[in-house]
Amino acid sequence: MSERLKVNFCGVEFKNPVVPASGTYGYGREYESLYPLSKLGGISVKGTTLYPRQGNPGPRVAETPAGMLNSVGLQNGGAKKFLEYELPNLLTKDTRIIANIAGSTVEECAELAALIEPSAVDMVELNISCPNVAQGGAAFGTDCTVAAAVTAAVRKELKTKPLMVKLSPNVTSITDIAKSVEAAGADALSLINTLLGMRIDIKTRRPVLKRNVGGLSGPAVFPVAVRMVWQTANAVKIPVMGMGGIATWEDAVEMMMAGASAVQVGAAIFNDPYAPVKIIDGMERWCRENNIANISEIVGTVQPW
Amino acid sequence: MYVQGSYPIIEKRAIAKGIFDMTILCPDAAALAEPGQFMQVAAEGFFLRRPISICEIDKEHGTLRIVFEVRGKGTDKISELKRGDNIDIIAPLGHGFTVLEDAKAVCVGGGIGTPPMLGIAEKYGSNAEVISGFRTAAIAILQDDFKAAGCKTTLCTDDGTAGFHGFVTEPLKKRLETDKPDIIYACGPAPMLKGIAELAKEYGVRCEVSLEQRMACGVGACLVCVCKTVKDGEQFLSHVCKDGPVFDSKEVDFT
Repeated sequence: MSERLKVNFCGVEFKNPVVPASGTYGYGREYESLYPLSKLGGISVKGTTLYPRQGNPGPRVAETPAGMLNSVGLQNGGAKKFLEYELPNLLTKDTRIIANIAGSTVEECAELAALIEPSAVDMVELNISCPNVAQGGAAFGTDCTVAAAVTAAVRKELKTKPLMVKLSPNVTSITDIAKSVEAAGADALSLINTLLGMRIDIKTRRPVLKRNVGGLSGPAVFPVAVRMVWQTANAVKIPVMGMGGIATWEDAVEMMMAGASAVQVGAAIFNDPYAPVKIIDGMERWCRENNIANISEIVGTVQPW
Repeated sequence: MYVQGSYPIIEKRAIAKGIFDMTILCPDAAALAEPGQFMQVAAEGFFLRRPISICEIDKEHGTLRIVFEVRGKGTDKISELKRGDNIDIIAPLGHGFTVLEDAKAVCVGGGIGTPPMLGIAEKYGSNAEVISGFRTAAIAILQDDFKAAGCKTTLCTDDGTAGFHGFVTEPLKKRLETDKPDIIYACGPAPMLKGIAELAKEYGVRCEVSLEQRMACGVGACLVCVCKTVKDGEQFLSHVCKDGPVFDSKEVDFT
């Protein structure tokens, strides 16, 4: 891989700006028989909570036009399992590891951050935007004061690692939340998490999802994500990792022109497990064909009317 | 281990109303496949792939056979693919049935849960009895295939238009009373699986069931395809795609 795709994202060097999104890639184990994980810029691993979580009852998934709803509810093995079992394996993969953390209370988020701090992860992504949990989750990410409080509490525990905060699109003003989180000490932002949605089976008059509502992802949300990344990148000084419906290298380039310094690819992987690799290869080719020495040159270069 | 790719369909036909039979030439996937595993099939114009069980594996000729029912717009789209077209699959996925050596098996299929029984029944040949149940005679599929594999077949229909008039659990119970097999394999609607699991427990016979659930990734990453399981008295939300689709019936919570 050439130098063209190398990016520096809040002090962490990524060999390329493409990162599978949290919750869509597990801990990489399911995909490494297809291609070496070292192809990837990094991996944002499955959301980790302080203690193991069983998640929500099924059905947890519903197809939608150009996308899907999910209601997993942060099922995971907890911080201990992540640190002792998953992380040592991930650290051998020659790619950047972003720990994604979530908690039900501010204190829990802080405690989790303190556990992660001495580990060898490259960055921490604080999830304040999961729409599928009763406590914490989007309840943190839809109120400026609460979002700032949880960011500050985690910031205090993360003395050496960059802190990226993952924002919810289910807000009136994404820039107000972004600025609050920036002021509370975040080093970067990632957005968008899923949009809250619902499907109903008209035969049974029941919601398809057992929890009634869930998070919408896939190409359907891409224009919303581009708009929010553009607004946010223009409102804050810290870098933005853009995500939401990216499925092709063209989408990734568009997201970076909107203001994203790097991108995450999520639901597209379910349709095509090679999607992240195809996006990396496509961007590389595009840079070469357009004489772009480094992909960072295009960040935020959209020229609004 | 699994692969993803576009492979040619070398045979395709409708074997009953809304039920299609396709043979795919995919030597790398066929080499890895075991009875009871499934594949994720892309449906053009739809975001999520459709999980379809593998019906038959021919490692020598490098083919996988699927027999599936049109359940909605996605499977309808897949059914439009013709012989010679390419089909985009991820296969083989999940873990399949446990094959016992020198053993007698009973394979129980309910409706479109019958196709995955062919691959496992072939492993046992004349040591397998296949009890399959359908709503009516017109959709009673694969009987000749099971016979060709040397298996004894017991056909049941809900309406009595062919074979035994009633549910598969009745001939299964009779078999368990007279000639206990070493293992039961089953795939079909949840109430049927529950009934079979209860019989297996009552007669002390090992039993493996194949479950289905709405899926997204199919490989164990997204965690959407949950089913309730029990191990050592503790309840779990397991995943059909990776922990299954085949489970020991004692570990499935059918409630």
